Amino acid sequence: MSKPILEVNDLKKHFPIRAGFFGGITGHVYAVDGVSFSIEKGETLSLVGESGCGKSTVGKAILRLFDITGGQVVLDGQRIDDMPAGTLRPMRRRMQVVFQDPYSSLNPRMRVRDILAEPIRNFGLAKDAADIERRVGDLMDRVRLPRDAVNRWPHEFSGGQRQRICIARALAAEPDLIICDEAVSALDVSVKAQIVNLLQDLQKELGLAMLFISHDLAIVEHMTHRVAVMYLGRIVEVAPKRQLFAAPKHPYTEALLSAVPVPEPGAARDRIILKGDVPSPIRPPKGCRFHTRCPYAFDRCKQEEPVLRQTEQGHWSACHLHDRPAAENPLAGERGAAVLAHH
Amino acid sequence: MALLEVENLQTHFRAPDGVNRAVDGLNFHVNAGETVAIVGESGCGKSVTAMSILRLIPEPPGKIAGSIRFNGRDLLKLSDREMRAIRGNEISMIFQEPMTSLNPVLTVGRQIGETLRLHQGMSKSQAEARAVEMLKLVGIPEPERRVKEYPHQLSGGMRQRVMIAIALACNPKLLIADEPTTALDVTIQAQILDLMRDLKHRVGAAIVIITHDLGVVAEVAERVIVMYAGRKVEEAAVEKLFRSPRHPYTQGLLGSMPKLGSSLTGDETRLQEIPGLVPSLKRKLDGCVFASRCAYATDMCRKVAPALEEKAEGHIAACHYAIKEAVAA
Repeated sequence: MSKPILEVNDLKKHFPIRAGFFGGITGHVYAVDGVSFSIEKGETLSLVGESGCGKSTVGKAILRLFDITGGQVVLDGQRIDDMPAGTLRPMRRRMQVVFQDPYSSLNPRMRVRDILAEPIRNFGLAKDAADIERRVGDLMDRVRLPRDAVNRWPHEFSGGQRQRICIARALAAEPDLIICDEAVSALDVSVKAQIVNLLQDLQKELGLAMLFISHDLAIVEHMTHRVAVMYLGRIVEVAPKRQLFAAPKHPYTEALLSAVPVPEPGAARDRIILKGDVPSPIRPPKGCRFHTRCPYAFDRCKQEEPVLRQTEQGHWSACHLHDRPAAENPLAGERGAAVLAHH
Repeated sequence: MALLEVENLQTHFRAPDGVNRAVDGLNFHVNAGETVAIVGESGCGKSVTAMSILRLIPEPPGKIAGSIRFNGRDLLKLSDREMRAIRGNEISMIFQEPMTSLNPVLTVGRQIGETLRLHQGMSKSQAEARAVEMLKLVGIPEPERRVKEYPHQLSGGMRQRVMIAIALACNPKLLIADEPTTALDVTIQAQILDLMRDLKHRVGAAIVIITHDLGVVAEVAERVIVMYAGRKVEEAAVEKLFRSPRHPYTQGLLGSMPKLGSSLTGDETRLQEIPGLVPSLKRKLDGCVFASRCAYATDMCRKVAPALEEKAEGHIAACHYAIKEAVAA
């Protein structure tokens, strides 16, 4: 197997909570608390989970938009989490990001040409002005926007077109890895399909690795190679997509799949409705973090935190149920079909 | 007689550069106890329709024309005072954003009690007792404690439950829910949808649910209205609409959604795209509103607007070319 383009080892990010007159630290938000995964060249890994599970924090930590509390981020064999700013700069070029909101992530006072030329200039990728112009034109072609639109301002474009500009800007730096943080979530259904198709085409054409952060499981299933499910700052399950959707091995994944409304009236599904809300990441529950909402929780779950273990080739999950005999493990069989109910 | 009959509803907004025809000639009805979904993408006029029914559109710049008959009375002809007696009482509404639609400085109990005291003339203590009851009904644990709390002390899912409690406090005949689960996480969304289904059986109110999520539609609705650019383009019972959509826009919408479980069936196709953009509502459109994006559009579509026709029993679509089945006369 080739060397992964990105490796994340035991990543931790705790945000301090300051209170009182002197701003003393009174606690921490354990946003990301020990997350490990890797992404191969040309692969898409999706991070899924509900709001507050830490999936966006993972993306920002990899990009070094802030310093991390613990762990390692390794990009193409080099540790970048403790790199000084000077040596980090060329590494920054290799990982680019597309954010959720294309309205606020483009500078309204820059023309599209300047938006796309900025990373090319910053990283010294072009020989001269004519080369920049040629590259900008190529980028417009890549994201299927008309070349003559480079003279226009961001406000003249629709949401979907703006997201194309954001994608073009990310591609301008010729990255190896693109992090899409809810990149299609704010778009309308029909436009979403256009952008999803574009991202898939670009990945095939350019061999990009992608970290796709999303809460939309149907889109994730369509886009991705592998899926990592996060809950309260931890990964609870990682698997190739087929395995994850056919046979989820963690009760949270199972509940998440069963909660997605499917556009099929009268579909008979085993719906699992989780009780209560996600606990606060300031005081995550002891033992398994999911035990407060888990329909299968037993005594051990309240005491001891399960670790990620491989149950099948490439399929990792963190659940004590897998220590029980198969007859007593509700997740032993192919549960996916029942909760998705397509057949 | 239907509970709600909307006829030729036109809600227009005056803008500096023309008139924005947000809703342009909409007809539909809702029967007592029925759940109707209005679906469409942003800007199709679905929320403006809801606001028009409750007359929450500021006039000017807005202007509502047509008729909205609720229980036989035309809401557009009522005085402000008469309208106030209906809002929150006979017709109530749930909004998308539970945080911004609750008053942050009043306790939850006070906000539920407000409608009861206003519309049903309850005393303060009666209203509070009923507020606890309502919180219990919408499945909030420890209602006696929660009733004294403020919105910021509740999670997003609980706030939406409180919104539903407020909306149902006066036993309305019609409940309008505008994207009630859009701001919520999937597991919380499942809880709220489950609650709405359950309450519908217990309370018996008719529901108009406004959403862009076809999954939500399939879960809760009995009949569906598809809107595009301020007009209704298709209407049918939910199974019919999903099984055999007639309008190219509806077909496109269904095709552009990835299906959960697609990796299991092995058919990994590209998503169907609807090319182009929604037309500007400021220009008067002569032809079919969808013609500019429709793969099947012909000259006729660009010139003549198709009328809403019954294409199969109880299945209406506005398309010149949609297949028509023999309808028993």
